[in-house]
Order: sequence, then C-alpha cells, then structure tokens
Amino acid sequence: MLRIALLMLFRDKAKYVMLVVGLTFCSLLMTQQSSVFCGIMLWTTATVRNIDARVWVFDAKVEQVNEVIPLREIEVTRVRSVPGVEWAVPLYLGIEQARLGDGSFQNVQLTGLDTATFVGRPMEILKGRIEDLRLPDAVIIDQVGVEKYRKKGIKIDIGTSFEINDKRAEVVAICHENRSFLAQPYVFTTYDRALQFAKPQRKMLSCVLVEPKPGVSPKELATRISGVPGLRAFARDDLFWTTIWWYIKNTGIPISFGTVVIMGMIVGIAIAGQTFYLFILDNLRYLAALKAMGARMPILTAMVFLQSFSVGFVGFGIGAGLTTIFGLKVLKLETPPFFMPWQVPVAVAGIIMLICCFSALVGLRQIAKLEPAVVFK
Amino acid sequence: MNHPKTQDSPVVAVRVEKVTKTFPNGDTPTYALRDVSFEALAGQLTMIVGPSGCGKTTLLSVICGTMEIDSGRIEVFGNDLGIMSDAEVTGFRSRNVGFIFQQFNLIPTLTLMENASIPLILQGWAYRKAEEKAAYVLENLGLGKRLHSFPKQLSGGQQQRVAIARALVHDPRLIICDEPTASLDAKTGHHALELLKKSACAPDRCVIVVTHDSRIFPFADWIAEMEDGRVVKSCPATEYRHA
Repeated sequence: MLRIALLMLFRDKAKYVMLVVGLTFCSLLMTQQSSVFCGIMLWTTATVRNIDARVWVFDAKVEQVNEVIPLREIEVTRVRSVPGVEWAVPLYLGIEQARLGDGSFQNVQLTGLDTATFVGRPMEILKGRIEDLRLPDAVIIDQVGVEKYRKKGIKIDIGTSFEINDKRAEVVAICHENRSFLAQPYVFTTYDRALQFAKPQRKMLSCVLVEPKPGVSPKELATRISGVPGLRAFARDDLFWTTIWWYIKNTGIPISFGTVVIMGMIVGIAIAGQTFYLFILDNLRYLAALKAMGARMPILTAMVFLQSFSVGFVGFGIGAGLTTIFGLKVLKLETPPFFMPWQVPVAVAGIIMLICCFSALVGLRQIAKLEPAVVFK
Repeated sequence: MNHPKTQDSPVVAVRVEKVTKTFPNGDTPTYALRDVSFEALAGQLTMIVGPSGCGKTTLLSVICGTMEIDSGRIEVFGNDLGIMSDAEVTGFRSRNVGFIFQQFNLIPTLTLMENASIPLILQGWAYRKAEEKAAYVLENLGLGKRLHSFPKQLSGGQQQRVAIARALVHDPRLIICDEPTASLDAKTGHHALELLKKSACAPDRCVIVVTHDSRIFPFADWIAEMEDGRVVKSCPATEYRHA
C-alpha cells in the first residue's frame, strides 16, 4: 500500500507542490539563517584561527579574544617561568588608523609578531616573503585590505607605502587571512615595530602566545598559567568557544537570527500542517473505503507517515540545496558571512521531520476517529 | 419469512439472528436495528429494501463487520463475527468481502487498474501481479482500453463498472452493494445491475444489495423489506413483486 500512498500524494499536484514549497521555504529559511549566524560567529573568532598558538595568555579580566586589556612586558617572563611552558612570545593586537596615498583613512587590525620567531605569522603568503618583515617599515597586508583599497581605486602591491598613525609603512608581502568580524584588513609587522606604530600607552603587550612542553596538554598549562595573579590563559579551543559564547550572551545576534529561524519553523508548521491536514481531509472518504476494504490502522499510519516524510525529504532537500547554492555564491564574495557545519542541516532535517510528524499525527487523528461504516453514509 | 429448508438447500451465506443496534441520542438511544433476523443464501442476489432511515445501511454495515452490534449474532459463511477480534474481522473482510459503494469511492489520483488492484494489494499481492489481475477483470467488464485512465475521465456507468471490478478482483464470497444505482440514471443503473448479476452471482458467492430503487427489484432473487429497524417482509423476489 506504500506505493499507493505515494501515488496518491504525487498525483495530487496542487497539494504536493504547496507542501513542498512550504517545507522548502521553511528549510531554506532555517538553514540559511543558521549558516549566516554560524558565519558571523566564526568571524568573531578570526584572530584565534589566524594566529597559530596553542595557549593564549591575557589580562585576568579578558573574556574573549577581541577584547584586549594591555599587559606589562614583564608578563612574558612570568609566563615563561610557569612549569610546562616550552616557549612564550609577546603579541600585539590593536586597531590602528592607516592613511593611504590619496589621503583616505582606513582602520586596520595591526598584529605585531615576535621579531625573532614570527610566531603567529600569516597562514598563507600570497605574494612576497615573510622574512622581508625584518626590513625597515615593513608590513604584510592581507587580501581583504588589498580588495578594499582596490574598490576605492587604490592599487596595493609589494612596495606600496602608506601611513599607520603617521608613521611610514611599506608593504613587503600580501597574505591570505580569515576575515574578521569588523572586516578590517589585517596588517602584520614585528612586535617592536607594532609598538612604534601604535599610540604609546603605559602597557603595550596585548597577549602572550605559549607552547606547552611535550606531554603537557594546552588545557592543563592554561590552568597553571591562570593561577598566576593577574593572568588568564586559554587553550586555543577554549578561547574559540569562549569567544563565541561571549557574543551569544552579550549581543542581540542570536535573538535576531533565532527569531527568523523560529519564524521559519512556524511558517513550516502552519503551511505544511494545514496543507497536509487538508490533504488528509480530502482523502478521508477514500481512506474510510480502504479501512472498510480491510486496511488496518498500522497500514494507514504507515501510508500517512510515508506521505508526510516524503514531502519532508523533498522540501528539506530543495531548501538545503538552495542554501548550499547561496553559500557557494556568498563564499566567493566573502559577504555575508556563511558557514554551514554538518550540525545545521542535520538539525534542520530533524525539525522538518518533526513538522512532518506533527502534520501526520494531526491527519492520523482524523483517520483513527473514522468508522469504516462511514463509507455507507 | 426465512428461506425454506430442503435437502438441496443452498448454503446460508449470511445469517443475522436477533440483532439490535442503537445509536446514542441524548438520554434515549435511537434504535437502528430492532431484534433483526435475516438470512441470505449463497448463489443469490438478495436485496434489502425499504424507505430512507429504516436501517438498511446499518444492517449492511453490521453484516460486513464495519459496525459493532449491541446484541444478537452475525454469521458470514459460518464465521461468527461476534467472537472475532477487530483485527480478525478486518482480515476476514479484506479476504471475503467485496464492496460497491454508493459514491463508488474510487481514488481519483489512481488509474482504473490501480484502483481495482487495491483489494489484492491489501492482501499482500505483488503490485505487478495485482495489476495484471485487475486488468484482466477490467477487460472482462469492458474497460480494457481504459486501464490507465483516471476515474474523473469516465462516465458514472463506467465508474460503477470499475467499482464492480474492484469488488470482484479478489474473488470474495460476499459482495456488499450500497445503493449501487443511486448515482446513475435509470438506463445506466439497469446496465450496472445486469453486469453485477452476470459477473458477481456465482454458486458459492452471496450478493447483498441495499436499495430503495424499485426499478432494479427484478434483478433480485430474494428481497427483505425493512421498516423502522425491523425486517417486516422477507420473500423470494417473484413473490415480492406480486405482493
């Protein structure tokens, strides 16, 4: 009877299309919005993902990676003295103002790397050499910056010079980095030069990057370093998730996206539930006839669930497919943010199946109440 | 009047003994069947006739086990429906009863062949075999060229033929027809009954037709007349016509 159930569904084109469209819209809305939300959350952790360090040490009051409370230079030495530290290097992170040749200004994310080791270096050098960072006034700029300036009609390449806080900087390489939440270009230089570019303060050190000794886990070392008064250390994964949770708790982003996802769900329930209910109502006398002819309730239940889940699978598939196409398009443009971890389609598929289950149960309630003798009335 | 018993009497296909059925209606129940006793023989077309609301359809419903009774006993080909579980009654119905409904109840999104094959599929037949058998029955009923048509593409008479095919496809022993001519004009109704009598009546099969259309009484072998929930007359059709 399952084939009969599918034929009854697929050949009732108007209702089938309506059901699929409703669930497609619902699936698209939930998958797309969740993926954009995940993309935004990923942007907030760009610094953690761009700088390769297993343990990060900040001021004790720091709650996430984008919040910098400067430390004293001496803290690097204090960290090095903690048992289990293989090495520890300083890192400067700050937002500075860059002035281009045409006089326009642009905020940049200035990153000062340890001069000797370049720990935290860019992930991928597209043009030039990292070693050239040791040349006078040398900086490396990321592709996002190059593109931003290109849109303004300014070509940036190796040898281009500009100013950071009125001090001359010269591009020696172009790198590729993960885009940050504020979409500011990343500018890398040495730690010492970064302190010259930055506006002077009493404390200038942003954080300390640490490598644990072999056999010491980053979490364990982070706990030990956090025991030093005035310091707070994170293993990289912990810093990643702490940052995401900070944004979830302290900004309206989850509420805004959550509202759209819930709306998608409600629309799905309303359209799919109602249309499926109408589909069952329209077929009630035929289902009663089947019941009279000897179709038992488990058969009818299987038929209704199959119809409902078939629509759900098709609707979810089209919705997820459209979201993937959207994602592939925006990943090329790099905006809006988009990241679809496997959990998103799995969760949306689960919600769609729940909607289908709900719709089927509403219809089944009618069928269960149905006396087969009703066909004679 | 019951069927006269002789040594060569045909088998009693349906035996209804002192059946009462009520429906709740406030404090006072409404009697649909009052102590009804009735028999239908195999090899005969039995008509249950009477005015609207006399209990014909309720009697039909309890005979085929789609409605429970308050008291009494119903036997179909020796099987006491009262001692069967719901699942057993449903199984019995799917194997032994063929239905022809007043509104045909053909599923509009299925082709004639698919509609007619449903009783076989319910019994677990493979789709292909079920459709082959349905096609064979439809061909015998003159619908061989319309196997892949949908019900709405057919006339009322043709739809009735599909309903007959669906009722016969699994070779049931009891055929139940509820007002088979109600949705048809006189001529088409006449043809439908002719076809039903020709194709459904067999020595080991019982056909029960509920109707209030007196124009089709001549097709009956036996007629039971109902009034106010009781069988008031039960006699051979020839005698009924003369009554």
